[in-house]
Amino acid sequence: MSQTSTRTPIVTLTGVQKYYGDYHALRGITANIGQGEFFSLLGPSGCGKTTLLRAIAGFEDISEGQILLDGKDMEGVAPNRRPTNMVFQSYAIFPHMSVAENVGFGLRKSSMSVAEKRAVVGQALEMVGLGKFGARAAHALSGGQRQRVALARALILKPKVLLLDEPLSALDKKMREVMQVELIKLQREVGITFILVTHDQEEALVMSDRIAVMFEGEIAQLDDPETLYRRPKSRRVAEFIGMMNFLPARVLGEAGGRVGVEVQGLGPAELEAAQCPSGATPGAAEIGVRPESLTLLYDGQTAEGGREASGTVREVVYYGDMTYYDILLDGTPAPVRVSMRNMPGRRVLEFGARARLAWDPRAMVLFG
Amino acid sequence: MRVNALAVFTVLYLLVLYAPIVLLPMFAFNAGTVIAFPLQGFTLEWFAALLNTPALHEATLNSLIIAILTAVFSTILGLFAARAATRYGFPGKAGIVGFIMLPLVLPEVIVAISLLIVLMQLGLTSGTWSIIAGHTLICTPFAIAILQGSFSNMDKSLEEAAIDLGETPWSTFRLITLPLVSPGIIASLLICFTISLDEFIIAFFLSGNEPTLPVYLWGQLRFPARLPVVMALGTILVLLSVALLIVAETFRRRGLKRVGLKDTGGFL
Repeated sequence: MSQTSTRTPIVTLTGVQKYYGDYHALRGITANIGQGEFFSLLGPSGCGKTTLLRAIAGFEDISEGQILLDGKDMEGVAPNRRPTNMVFQSYAIFPHMSVAENVGFGLRKSSMSVAEKRAVVGQALEMVGLGKFGARAAHALSGGQRQRVALARALILKPKVLLLDEPLSALDKKMREVMQVELIKLQREVGITFILVTHDQEEALVMSDRIAVMFEGEIAQLDDPETLYRRPKSRRVAEFIGMMNFLPARVLGEAGGRVGVEVQGLGPAELEAAQCPSGATPGAAEIGVRPESLTLLYDGQTAEGGREASGTVREVVYYGDMTYYDILLDGTPAPVRVSMRNMPGRRVLEFGARARLAWDPRAMVLFG
Repeated sequence: MRVNALAVFTVLYLLVLYAPIVLLPMFAFNAGTVIAFPLQGFTLEWFAALLNTPALHEATLNSLIIAILTAVFSTILGLFAARAATRYGFPGKAGIVGFIMLPLVLPEVIVAISLLIVLMQLGLTSGTWSIIAGHTLICTPFAIAILQGSFSNMDKSLEEAAIDLGETPWSTFRLITLPLVSPGIIASLLICFTISLDEFIIAFFLSGNEPTLPVYLWGQLRFPARLPVVMALGTILVLLSVALLIVAETFRRRGLKRVGLKDTGGFL
């Protein structure tokens, strides 16, 4: 389950294009989003992720291509007739209504009796942990509570797809982390497909089954979080997801499915084809390696296979649980970042100290 | 020292602003027919005279009809224009909105004369309807200005959320938009009503033989003996204006409170 989902597709995007006058906002988006999947659209602001979400909701017309929801073409189908509901970035809680009126808004046109409606609203409020808040005025809620009201309101119609437009960006860090976990739990509970738009790579990694990384209206990579993190397909994706060191390297050649490279400051390494997403043509290239894949060696420790390098500590950033070092490897122009979990026996090195580090070719990615 | 100078200035300013208005009730209750000190004694005669002047009643009725209809028309037009201006982008928007707002600074004499010429060319008689048209023209920019504030205070995704939850654009307007801009609607109705009620120039040019209250008052000024009656009428109008302002402000504050917004100005 990486690039292609094994689930039954509920949203099928085929060659979706969107122009605003001369501006090309979506450039041929093609993707399948599966039933019950937690899918994220991740990218910097202006990459088209929100436009795509709004196109699925029906708030934006698309210029070309096709959007299928549950097998039905959505061309010309108004947002109020689509099997999607949305959690807006601002939450869009109706300020002149109570919490219960907000949550029950979608039931206005249903044939349920008043008592049934009240029961359904009650259940929805329980689901998001706001059981006692029904009579509260909507504007008297905290950010986290508004978020929950917006969720309950959007889920009450049991949509096929729930669309979330940066739903956590207005919350502080602590609350955001709490809500991330709650959202995952909720999604598992209701089994509805969630499509989340976010610019926060950490949030996408934490919550998603699969992530589409978007740049300039295109999907740069669509993968599950682990593949995306370990095997980014381009330098740009690698830079956007987490932190990555880029070391100048030289591709020596390919033999028996393995690619030989010479990495500046580290030494020779052999990579598998999977580690070379853009192929391996002999000549100048770059090696990407995550800070946590480089390990400081303390007195008496040695690296496996002698894969060891030494340098000077240029920066120390102490985070409590982790320490980040910038280490200028001997014979290289720019320092590499190394992150070490702080544990007994691992003293924090000082600025200017000499350091040795071990590296592992399995953690490398080659960019042509 | 500096603080004292400012305090003196403030008191002087308020005096200049309100002293003439204070004179109004003074002479309205003064028994003498001449508007001059010393006061001659207390009387309600002038207020009684108001009751016995049918022409005045007609003028008042005219003014009320004109002011109410102007307020309604201007606010409806303002509602459409303000929503379009804050929600949509369209070619020539800046120019169109600019031209709609222009009567705000256009001399009323110009508006009045051009309307009169148009009416004459069309062979229509001037009167109540033509004044309503003229007043709507000058009041609509005020309505737009007030309602634009209401619309831009309102999160656009509220309307989208309602549509997303199955409502039609029309029911969304009724259930979400109208209640949330209603403080603006009420403010707009009251302001347009007030502007129309004491507008003189357009009414003077277009009233024909159906004078509005300001036009009637102006006519009365030719008769010195009628001056105390004018004073009595003025007193009532001042009290009504203050009452109207209080009502408008109460609605505005209640509206803000209901949606939990911070108070950022207003009339009072």
